[in-house]
Amino acid sequence: MANKNMDVIYGLYDDEEVMMKAVAQAKKDHLDILDVYTPFPVHGLDPILGLEESRLHIVGFVFGSLGTLTAFLGMTWVFTKDWPIIFGGKPYWSVPAFIPITFELTVLFAAIGMVVTFYTICGMGPGVTNAYLDDRITDDKFCIAFNKANVDSSAVESFFTSTGASEVNQKSI
Amino acid sequence: MSAIVSPIREPLVTGGKTYHQITEDLISPTEKTPTKSWVIGLILSVMVFSFGAFSILWTIWIGIGSWDLNRTIGWGWDITNFVWWIGIGHAGTLISAILLLFRQKWRTGVNRAAEAMTIFAVMCAGLFPVIHMGRVWLAMFIFPYVNTRGPLWPNFNSPLLWDVFAISTYFTVSLLFWYTGLVPDFATIRDRATGIRKKIYNFLSFGWTGSAKHWQRWESLSLILAGIATPLVLSVHTIVSFDFATSVIPGWHTTIFPPYFVAGAIFSGFAMVLTLMLITRKLLKLEDYITLEHIESMNKVILATGSIVGVAYLTELFISWYSGYIYEQFAFFNRALGPYWWSYFGMMFCNVVSPQFFWSKNLRRNVMFTFFMSIFINIGMWFERFVIIATTLARDYLPSSWSYYSPTWVEIGIFVGTMGLFFVLYLVFTRVAPVVAVAEIKSILKSSGDQYAGKNAHAHHDAHSDAH
Repeated sequence: MANKNMDVIYGLYDDEEVMMKAVAQAKKDHLDILDVYTPFPVHGLDPILGLEESRLHIVGFVFGSLGTLTAFLGMTWVFTKDWPIIFGGKPYWSVPAFIPITFELTVLFAAIGMVVTFYTICGMGPGVTNAYLDDRITDDKFCIAFNKANVDSSAVESFFTSTGASEVNQKSI
Repeated sequence: MSAIVSPIREPLVTGGKTYHQITEDLISPTEKTPTKSWVIGLILSVMVFSFGAFSILWTIWIGIGSWDLNRTIGWGWDITNFVWWIGIGHAGTLISAILLLFRQKWRTGVNRAAEAMTIFAVMCAGLFPVIHMGRVWLAMFIFPYVNTRGPLWPNFNSPLLWDVFAISTYFTVSLLFWYTGLVPDFATIRDRATGIRKKIYNFLSFGWTGSAKHWQRWESLSLILAGIATPLVLSVHTIVSFDFATSVIPGWHTTIFPPYFVAGAIFSGFAMVLTLMLITRKLLKLEDYITLEHIESMNKVILATGSIVGVAYLTELFISWYSGYIYEQFAFFNRALGPYWWSYFGMMFCNVVSPQFFWSKNLRRNVMFTFFMSIFINIGMWFERFVIIATTLARDYLPSSWSYYSPTWVEIGIFVGTMGLFFVLYLVFTRVAPVVAVAEIKSILKSSGDQYAGKNAHAHHDAHSDAH
């Protein structure tokens, strides 16, 4: 995500609706937004910001399918090849009895796979410290950040004043 | 934002909160010195838990012979407690997953604590089958791993093994779901903390920044986890009921068990959520976040699931009579009027009669009444499992082996000890994490805060409805 030693200019807004209008304005002015940081998921922001839909569900499907196959083929191998045993006069390959465990492992693999993928692609994990711009972003401030190298500073500053940012700061991250 | 909310919907966040006030109200309990009542509660819980730990060690040292189980009654308090705890856990997943899919906004006030309760309840539940094995040091034999005994595999056709998979999956998925929800709130604590606390919460928050893309993925992840946790939670108690339903014991061998167990699990789980939340709400002063509307909604779920359970009890009785099969008929005659008649009537009163009071709106919104009802239901649902297990086994096919069972101090000690464990974990949780999901409450403020919604809303709806 964040490159090292980047000069960031960012504005803080007090309200998410003001911030969303500002994002739309920035898009109109062709200002290249680095990122937007918010204290909670702001609905309606993604299309304005131009974020594509997350593809995590595909990851979930792939890992889930892996779980289905692991469980079903595993039990099939154990009970038909490795150590066939007759339980209660039933066939070795008693498919209905395999369904519960197959289902459970599907869910287990999908959940673990998605969660691990989520933290990996977000660059997060136990012990990871990512640079963040302001302590109040996790409280009540909505932040629009620009990479100073990519934008005209005076244009950005006038953009922040005209769109109602309550504060404008700079930080090197 | 400008979500259309019906004006007759009651606000879910009262007190005209701002985002910053929400942070203050919900995070500050983790920052203050513990109150005296918290310390006393923790000491009591640790004492009770210690007695439980002693009883467990006693069981392992002496053997299962220290329990009153016998050849006729092979399952007693151990499996009763196991099913009871697992059932309690189910409400957390119902609130966090099923209500998320149904877009029920009131879940945000209670989901965090309910999910924590799920995890702690499943931990308590898991203890019982493990201890019940007798030789706990061989407990890993239940998992299919490559071993030097053949390799010899567990029996994948057995409902008892399905249970192992169901409960370990349930625990893992609940933990992942809960922790992922906690990460942004840990970041909020991190950004307010100093010194060693900042370091600890920096570790716990996994480097959360609040980036728009991360939030998008976070919401996507929550929604899919909810989508798979929903059939999971239904499967878990279904499989628990298979432990009984796939046997050939009259009174257990019934196809009604899976839906009846699931409804009962949600019923008892909501009762435990209410028991915990009513105390938490009072002690942490969360009345603005867990409003009477929340309590009423939960009481409605209790009324619905309690009535399903009641219908199931009566259906069982009817079908056993209608079957014309004398062993089935005897099993139910014995269940209601046999040596354990008192537990049957305790169950009927607590689970079928008492929830019917919740048809009254005034009682649904009465905090004291709700609290007492939640205790009643917890007791009633414990009786239900005891009725199903002990009364059925006590009178089997062979009258010469009929028996009676009552727990020894060791069995009582283990059960009481799991209560201690549960409350120790819950009390620690209320100190280290916000008991109400901070970010999620903020996200519903503009649609459900009392300054925006409900009859006392200010007239600035127009000001923000043109955000698009």
